[in-house]
Amino acid sequence: MEGAEMEEARVEDREHDHNNTQEDAQIEESEQKNKDAEVAPALVSVHPTQNSVAVAVGSDLRVFNLLDNCAVNLVDESGGASHNDSIRCIKYGTNGKLFVSAGDDKLFKVWSTDCWRCISTVVSEKRLSAVAISNDGLHVCFADKFGVVWVVDLAGFDGSEASLDKKAAPLLSHYCSIITSLEFSLDGRFIVSADRDSKIRVTVFPSKPLDGAHEIQSFCLGHTEFVSCLAFISSPDSPQGILVSGGGDSTVRLWDIISGSLLDTCEVGAKVGQVESDATEGNCSIITGICTILDCTLIAVAIQSLRGIMLLACNLPSRTLSVTKLVSIIGENFVPTSLGSSISGGLLWMVTGASKFRGPDISPCSRVKGISGFNKNSPDSSEQEPVVLADTELPGGVKLLEKLQGSMLIDEKVFLVAADAVKTAMCNLLNKKQYSDEKREFRKRTRNDKKKKQ
Amino acid sequence: MSQNKPNPTVNKSTGLPRKRFYRARAHSNPLSDSHFPVPLSPSHVDYSLHYPQLFPLADRTDTCKKIEFADVGCGFGGLLISLSTLFPETLMIGMELRDKVTEYVKERILGLRVANPGQYQNVSVVRTNSMKYIPNYFEKGQLSKMFFLFPDPHFKEKNHRRRVISPHLLDEYAYVLQVGGIIYTITDVEELGEWMKSCLQNHPMFEPLSETELEADPIVKLLNTATEEGQKVARNGGQTFQAVYRRITPAS
Repeated sequence: MEGAEMEEARVEDREHDHNNTQEDAQIEESEQKNKDAEVAPALVSVHPTQNSVAVAVGSDLRVFNLLDNCAVNLVDESGGASHNDSIRCIKYGTNGKLFVSAGDDKLFKVWSTDCWRCISTVVSEKRLSAVAISNDGLHVCFADKFGVVWVVDLAGFDGSEASLDKKAAPLLSHYCSIITSLEFSLDGRFIVSADRDSKIRVTVFPSKPLDGAHEIQSFCLGHTEFVSCLAFISSPDSPQGILVSGGGDSTVRLWDIISGSLLDTCEVGAKVGQVESDATEGNCSIITGICTILDCTLIAVAIQSLRGIMLLACNLPSRTLSVTKLVSIIGENFVPTSLGSSISGGLLWMVTGASKFRGPDISPCSRVKGISGFNKNSPDSSEQEPVVLADTELPGGVKLLEKLQGSMLIDEKVFLVAADAVKTAMCNLLNKKQYSDEKREFRKRTRNDKKKKQ
Repeated sequence: MSQNKPNPTVNKSTGLPRKRFYRARAHSNPLSDSHFPVPLSPSHVDYSLHYPQLFPLADRTDTCKKIEFADVGCGFGGLLISLSTLFPETLMIGMELRDKVTEYVKERILGLRVANPGQYQNVSVVRTNSMKYIPNYFEKGQLSKMFFLFPDPHFKEKNHRRRVISPHLLDEYAYVLQVGGIIYTITDVEELGEWMKSCLQNHPMFEPLSETELEADPIVKLLNTATEEGQKVARNGGQTFQAVYRRITPAS
């Protein structure tokens, strides 16, 4: 198409007019993309022994106490809503005593799971994209969209009601790259951070984290697009665990974090394409979430546009991944935006939904479902198939759903639109913009060394 | 690479590129997303592309020689060209963000290889953003020397995070440098010199070289004289500020 060349010629003739309209169109386009990127997916996180389940939708944090079978009222000194803007990450600590939440309002909140009181709020300069809690509960970390991982030490927190006034110290940084996931290794020796530039960095978590984590153990390089999620599988040979990662390249990969070597790659996107005949156009198989179930013997994978989850098994001696099953959710338009499970439990919790987004006035919405019946011994056998639970079969039942979903009346169409909005948002946020040579030259036209000499 | 048609960008007698055809502005945005290819991992770096005479086949085994010197922000290649003959057995590479300047260095190396058969086969250049992708090019502890000569000062405080030497980036440089490896920095901007020295001093994985060690190292003298930037500073009678540090194992 000679359109680009003709455009250049026209620009030279009537510079002012054309420059303005093209610039306006470009600015509008990028503004809309920025707005689209602001749609936040609904998130779910499960207490390590399933004492409670938390769901974050937009700025709303909702928790249901499964032990006492009642909704939780969060206690926060700020009064009103805890978060003022979309929550982007939530997580329970492995010892079950702490919960953290953070997001677009640049606030990082630490909660005690006993009394569900916010014990600390840290203000960040940038929006936050990932959180993690050390296994011993002494440190909490959060990462911002500029690539810096911060650490807060919780020494002095003994479960008492007192709030802590804490400052965060920079721990490490991925140069100007959005950090998409943060995880501690199973033995707590390492902290793993994944970014938008396809890199996974494994850093030694020092004894004095406030001085920074300077010793890099390894880089796990191999993803060809952004890395979207991380999880650890326990293994008798490695106390630190085996790292599992999912990415924008539609693969799930296994890594040895000590050496950084890639153990196995599972082309999940391709497998989905084989099974689902009405599968999506091209590259819409971004891995959106991974969750280990049944004491880490199985891995559940959520994929964009897949109405269900993919189950993978890790063969420990050979350290390879294999697809065992595709569990579809039938009868409902449900594309999970987040997965969660207790550590040893056999129930996979899923949520779909999004924060407020353009289109008809749709307020933040979420739908929660669960799958159980996983058989770790022979995941292939037809004796016990994983089953999507009906609403009443979920622990907490209707009461839980009312709290976590906000309502029992669900308009299914809403969730399809929501899933789509989330998909666009993730692509805009994490995919790198590719410009053709002409477009790139056009974008540089106002630079002094590019202006045509008079 | 013989040229039949006269190529104005190349000097006919020396076979070397003429700088005026490779004029580029001094700055390139280190924050912009890359549109140049980045190797998936250090084992994907194509040595046969960079060092064709030494690596005729694309396959490389673990026992093969690896790049040991990296000139980060190599500019027009002055230091690398000097080092190439000083250390003929060592593989070295320059990393530069600006594409025109990278092209110049490429042509310069090719011209030198033709004019001096057997020499300059151990030096190459790659266009890349070393602040994001150093781990993609080098394995842990691969390098024995890293050079940061006259880096962009980024004067404004809000731009300090774009500086190529920073507390966070030193983690990555410490990762690719072997224990005992040396990092050389020099600048003619006093504030930047202070900054770089303090970043290195405060980092647990670097210690300064002693005066005697600096005297004994032939490369330290080259820092001032080998590069175009350094020669310009000398011409103008300016002062330079250097910080040379050694990678150590952190005290636990």
